[in-house]
Amino acid sequence: MYAFDIERPTTIADAAKALSGEAQALGGGQTLIPTLKARLADPGTLVSLSGISEMQGVCMSDAGEVCIGGGTTHATVAAEATAYPALAETASHIGDPAVRNRGTIGGSLANNDPSACYPAAALASGATIITNAREIAADDYFQGMFTTALDEGEIITEVRFPVPEKANYQKFVQPASRFALVGVYVAKYADGVRVAVTGASEEGVFRWTEAEAALTSNFSAEALDGLSVSADGMIGDLHGSADYRAHLVKVMTGRAVSAAA
Amino acid sequence: MPKDGGIGAATPRREDVRFLTGNGKYTDDINVRGQAYVHFLRSDIAHAKINGIDTSEAEKMDGVIRVFTGADFEAVGSIPCGWQVTDRHGEAMQEPRHPVLAHGKVRHVGDPICAIVAETYEAARDAAEAIDLDLEELPAVVDMKEAVKDGAPKVHDELTSNLCYDWGFVEDNRAAVDEAIKNAHHVTTLELVNNRLVANPMEPRVAVGDYDRSDEEHTLYTTSQNPHVIRLLMGAFVLGIPEHKLRVVAPDVGGGFGTKIFHYAEEAFVTFAAKELNRPVKWTASRSEAFMSDAHGRDHITKIELALDKDNNFTALRTETYANMGAYLSTFAPSVPTWLHGTLMAGNYKTPLIYVNVKAVFTNTVPVDAYRGAGRPEATFQLERVVDKAARELGVDPIALRRQNFITEFPYATPVAVEYDTGDYNATMDKLTEIADLSGFEARRKESEARGKLRGLGLNCYIEACGIAPSNLVGQLGARAGLYDAATVRVNATGSISVMVGAHSHGQGHETAFPQVVADMIGIDASQIDIVHGDTARTPFGMGTYGSRSLAVCGSAMVKATEKIINKAKKIAAHLLEASDEDIELADGQFTVAGTDKSVAWGDVTLAAYVPHNYPLEDIEPGLEETAFYDPANFTYPSGAYACEVEVDPDTGKVTIERFAAADDFGNIINPMIVSGQVHGGLAQGIGQALLENCAYDEDGQILSASYMDYAMPRADDVPFYSVDHSCQTPCTHNPLGVKGCGEAGAIGSPPSVVNAVLDALNAAGHDVPHLDMPLTPSKVWDAMNKGA
Repeated sequence: MYAFDIERPTTIADAAKALSGEAQALGGGQTLIPTLKARLADPGTLVSLSGISEMQGVCMSDAGEVCIGGGTTHATVAAEATAYPALAETASHIGDPAVRNRGTIGGSLANNDPSACYPAAALASGATIITNAREIAADDYFQGMFTTALDEGEIITEVRFPVPEKANYQKFVQPASRFALVGVYVAKYADGVRVAVTGASEEGVFRWTEAEAALTSNFSAEALDGLSVSADGMIGDLHGSADYRAHLVKVMTGRAVSAAA
Repeated sequence: MPKDGGIGAATPRREDVRFLTGNGKYTDDINVRGQAYVHFLRSDIAHAKINGIDTSEAEKMDGVIRVFTGADFEAVGSIPCGWQVTDRHGEAMQEPRHPVLAHGKVRHVGDPICAIVAETYEAARDAAEAIDLDLEELPAVVDMKEAVKDGAPKVHDELTSNLCYDWGFVEDNRAAVDEAIKNAHHVTTLELVNNRLVANPMEPRVAVGDYDRSDEEHTLYTTSQNPHVIRLLMGAFVLGIPEHKLRVVAPDVGGGFGTKIFHYAEEAFVTFAAKELNRPVKWTASRSEAFMSDAHGRDHITKIELALDKDNNFTALRTETYANMGAYLSTFAPSVPTWLHGTLMAGNYKTPLIYVNVKAVFTNTVPVDAYRGAGRPEATFQLERVVDKAARELGVDPIALRRQNFITEFPYATPVAVEYDTGDYNATMDKLTEIADLSGFEARRKESEARGKLRGLGLNCYIEACGIAPSNLVGQLGARAGLYDAATVRVNATGSISVMVGAHSHGQGHETAFPQVVADMIGIDASQIDIVHGDTARTPFGMGTYGSRSLAVCGSAMVKATEKIINKAKKIAAHLLEASDEDIELADGQFTVAGTDKSVAWGDVTLAAYVPHNYPLEDIEPGLEETAFYDPANFTYPSGAYACEVEVDPDTGKVTIERFAAADDFGNIINPMIVSGQVHGGLAQGIGQALLENCAYDEDGQILSASYMDYAMPRADDVPFYSVDHSCQTPCTHNPLGVKGCGEAGAIGSPPSVVNAVLDALNAAGHDVPHLDMPLTPSKVWDAMNKGA
């Protein structure tokens, strides 16, 4: 990697100040560090967010939302987000133990890898992404592969998840990386069902609205009969064609519905 | 039997203690005072003319010592190839020059162009970015069949074409085989690809060069399976260093799987540069470099035809294979698709007529060479697939078809030049039937179906040739080295023993198994015996470890040397006991005068050898140290039968291996636990090839799977709990231990049974899928079910 300076602020305010110049935020580093090691980035200054205690941990809001600090690791979410079991379960299957013990929810959502798990969880749950500057609804936050509504230097301080009646995430893994080849997160709320798909689309995470409508009126896998997903815009690569991914979206959605608890 | 384990004891591996506690000493742990670091600037283009290299900015940078280019190596030899194949017209293969650093052209992604030596790795890498390369991209040849067409771009301009050789075996059988196939009752034809693999040992390659001006001696520390071979190839052919001035050390090596057999340019570079700069020079490969510079494995395209008579007897076999050599000839590359492949095409069957044609092809890809099994997996895969396909076409039981055609009388001379000494293929098939619980399969299939899953059963047999190899034979076949091995048994005064061996252990457990043999012969504790390996200054000239040869060849040398020790020790004991030599018996570490209670202990005899106060000095020399070389009379022929059961998820195409059973005949066994471990590891690699691994190139010669993000290695949850058995034992008849070798069997024997099982699952469910090429990824299997194969 190239030489860099590192700053370790202990408050959100100091982190925001450090990030106001030419600097790159560092969450758990599970994407950024390999990128640096491959000399694919030369940030000059890294601002580590891992020393900011106000961005750590899981709690409940008065409105009954599960609130997760932006610097909270996947392992902590898996262990502590017990009020939202499907989310905890999702976190427990991200990457491998090393990734789960370092990687953070804020880092994952800020990166918005098109095959990551958390974007599907956040979008299907209608989560709110809280930054040091504002609150962003998940529906407005994800703007395509590796693209989000975040401004330069903006920090995800917290993510708030309304707890659904039922939810489940089904990940069909890419055999090498074990990221989602296709991952589908289904969440059933009193006002309707939300279905978010990761891994499949060239546009990154997206909502399968036809399935949402069908499942809202009949929350069962059979409700998907007759629906299909177009292969247009789906990713095609070594590990699966666009047709295959489109097919898997439906299969994984059905399985998530059947498994939802 | 000695209390801590002689022959046959499942002694835990003593070397594991240091490996598992972080005390292994690997090449990257070696740091020589004053060392500099080298980074290789590698081509990111598959084929290009080098119009210019401007290193002036890089050389001015802080910490940079020197930047080398191909021009610095014009007076240095070519990286040599260790095997010359003669083609079917009697012509020698085409053998291009392989420079240490690319000169004139780059020929594959990863080809090293510049070597930047600096005070730190980071300084070297910074400087690499300041080098101005003027590369003129040329059309790349990647597809083998395109590469041999007239007018295809040439990888090596000085060669007549991209065809390295066109080999026919046995050429005299060609017409008879053609005739037999033409007139056959039934011919089963199969075209297949044996997928290109990257070995991916856990430890990437490392090399440290050192030069001592006081005695003008070079030392190379390197991640090698065979330090003497590296000394021979690099010293004699590349750098012109006499052997007594070149020491090669291969300390603990974290896995080789074949890819650390070969002599690599980086080894020659650090050795050369250490003298040139009067500084030790160290190189440690990154994982990315490993993907583009370690020799790859397999990569064959094959058409195979099996002819049968009306009674389903195999009457003839014909194969045509395109074998990828990559851009240069790696050390043993030409031998893999020929002598390690063609000679195995009889398999376990008494097919009377066989003809094998192999076209070895240069392409703009990383060189391809031996990878666990080397040629034998390719032979086994095509043969066991075509036999299975024939059974399906003829509607006969695949086990019965195999049994009907088994070789049952030994020794058996195949029509492809080798003679199997022993084997019992029905015995291993019987054992497989039992341990795989084949009779319970239909019930398990129904149970799977009840859960909506397709279940399939696949089997195969295999034979391999190990214990490589009789030197006079391989010399006739084009080897440029002998393939004997050597051991020195040094008994110390107090009776402990150091055994210096030419074999090299990089996961095989030699440090445990070899002492078991000597302990058993003498009757002392194995803990009194240590193995020394991996250093040309400490060990006799041996050829290293590959081809499941270590115990069969080097172990035999060790037995011979130990026999010499025992003979001499008996003479000393006879003197001490005032008896005649021939009356002395050795058992449990005691020399006894036969028929008496007069005895002397091992330790007293060894002490007498080094403190010869009461000693027959007029008849024998003091000391107790013996060396033996052993050159095998034949290959050894392990064999076996494997069965795999899979479930296929019809909704996703995902294959899971539910059961895997392996019944092997390895001859006699020294340590059954180590043998099981070797089989387990081989099976994991074979399953990896069948389901997961694939080194894919695009048409421009870019590697599409050049990291673990896209190259799928098998993980623990990809493989099942294995059922392995090696109780069927037909001992090898021509080595003193009766051993055959077990290191490669799992990787050779498993891919066909996995593929046969998946095809069984699909066909049983009504999908007409005659063949699928590996790896059987979910998407490929789903496509086969939904779009046809």
